[in-house]
Amino acid sequence: MIEINNINKSFESKQILMDINGTFEKGIPNLIIGSSGTGKSVLLKCIVGLILPDTGTVNYDGREFTHASRTLKTEIRREIGMLFQGSALFDSKNVEQNVMFPLDVLTKIPLDEKLDRVNFCLKRVGLENTNKLMPSELSGGMQKRVGIARAIVNNSNYLFCDEPNSGLDPQTAILIDELIQEITVEFDITTIVVTHDMNSVMGIGEKIMFMYKGRKLWEGNKKDITHSGVPELDDFVFANKVMKSLKKQ
Amino acid sequence: MKTIGKYFIFLGQLFVRRETFSTYFHLVMEECIQIGINSIFLVALVATFMGAVTTVQTAYNLVSPLIPNYIIATVVRDMTILELAPTIIGIIYAGKVGSSMAGGLGTMRITEQIDALEVMGINSASYLVLPKIIASLLMYPMLVILAGVLSILGGAMAGTVTGIITPADYKYGIQYIFVEYMVEFALIKSYVFAFLIASISSFKGYYTTGGALEVGKASTRAVTDSIIAILIADYLLAEMLLTS
Repeated sequence: MIEINNINKSFESKQILMDINGTFEKGIPNLIIGSSGTGKSVLLKCIVGLILPDTGTVNYDGREFTHASRTLKTEIRREIGMLFQGSALFDSKNVEQNVMFPLDVLTKIPLDEKLDRVNFCLKRVGLENTNKLMPSELSGGMQKRVGIARAIVNNSNYLFCDEPNSGLDPQTAILIDELIQEITVEFDITTIVVTHDMNSVMGIGEKIMFMYKGRKLWEGNKKDITHSGVPELDDFVFANKVMKSLKKQ
Repeated sequence: MKTIGKYFIFLGQLFVRRETFSTYFHLVMEECIQIGINSIFLVALVATFMGAVTTVQTAYNLVSPLIPNYIIATVVRDMTILELAPTIIGIIYAGKVGSSMAGGLGTMRITEQIDALEVMGINSASYLVLPKIIASLLMYPMLVILAGVLSILGGAMAGTVTGIITPADYKYGIQYIFVEYMVEFALIKSYVFAFLIASISSFKGYYTTGGALEVGKASTRAVTDSIIAILIADYLLAEMLLTS
């Protein structure tokens, strides 16, 4: 479980995050949703330690991360897997080398074991026999899958996904969402997904945090989101015609 | 001043939370090939022509019958070792290798590859930049030595082909009043320039923000800042090591 307490963050004079509190549970996808520019990605970066919050703390299963010693921070970070918006695969490495990278750098296990683990992860994301392909030879959806395989290869306890289906067609986006959900349940990990895609929200939103102008406005799940009573959330949820027509019905 | 302070903090970051020796060994070897071996052709071409042109131009300027012909070779040797090989090749190296380093790191930054390393608990500055600096310190002095040799040979070729100087005079001239310290001085300069080019270019690339346009700008700034640093260091080293 990940717990965040009173997270505040400003860039120069502009406050991006205001007193964000919340818990993200193990074994279910936890979604952070909101329109563009509401501070979702900044919050995610504060949680993984890429940005230091001005105030507040982040706890990973009771371990305080934000102000932890360098050793503890490194230890926690080595339990983290992250899927970036643009996949962030290393251009100079092929699929196998990309997925194997965390094992190469963070572990001392023998090469054959590393290969077994890489092949297992690639099979799990549906990308068998792509080991020698370069990232430039992969489609957007395949790159995301390789990103997920790399994120879980080191038996991560925490999986973070920043806009996992941006730039993907709706069918591939659903496949990626389902894959994230399956992996979260199968490996019993704490997963946080930042998204503004309503298909994801309605598909895998077991626990949802809605952010608006740097504040947490609502928390709930996909069943409650359509009748939250929060006008800002209603504007977000029913922004497209399909959802509007569903609301009328 | 803020940028200079940030540069020194960046240098400090290279030495904390380091990875294992074997990790760096592989990375350094890759970088040596990338920045050293792949620069040989360009350096050889520039050095050979540099020596040839220096010979022809020195001969053109030495019009007095009181000055013996072998002095042409002595001038070529001294200019090559003291200035042309370390400094001009440094500028070429900054253009080729420095821009590539800044562009590569800048692209990694804007495509979140550097963030990916940080999230894994890897010190990205140390992992990505330290091997580039070490490889540069290993390869650049070798390139300077190669450039020096080829420049002197280029001078010999141009001199004998055009009839400016005989091979015997050239051979005598390059050995005439030879001071070994000049080679030491050239090597000291090459180490300093190698460090400056690799660290400044990496610094510019590592802190790129924005998109493709900013990566291009970072590459350009890496080259111009490296060249300025080379020229300042060149003067300071000459002042410190050549004047008594």
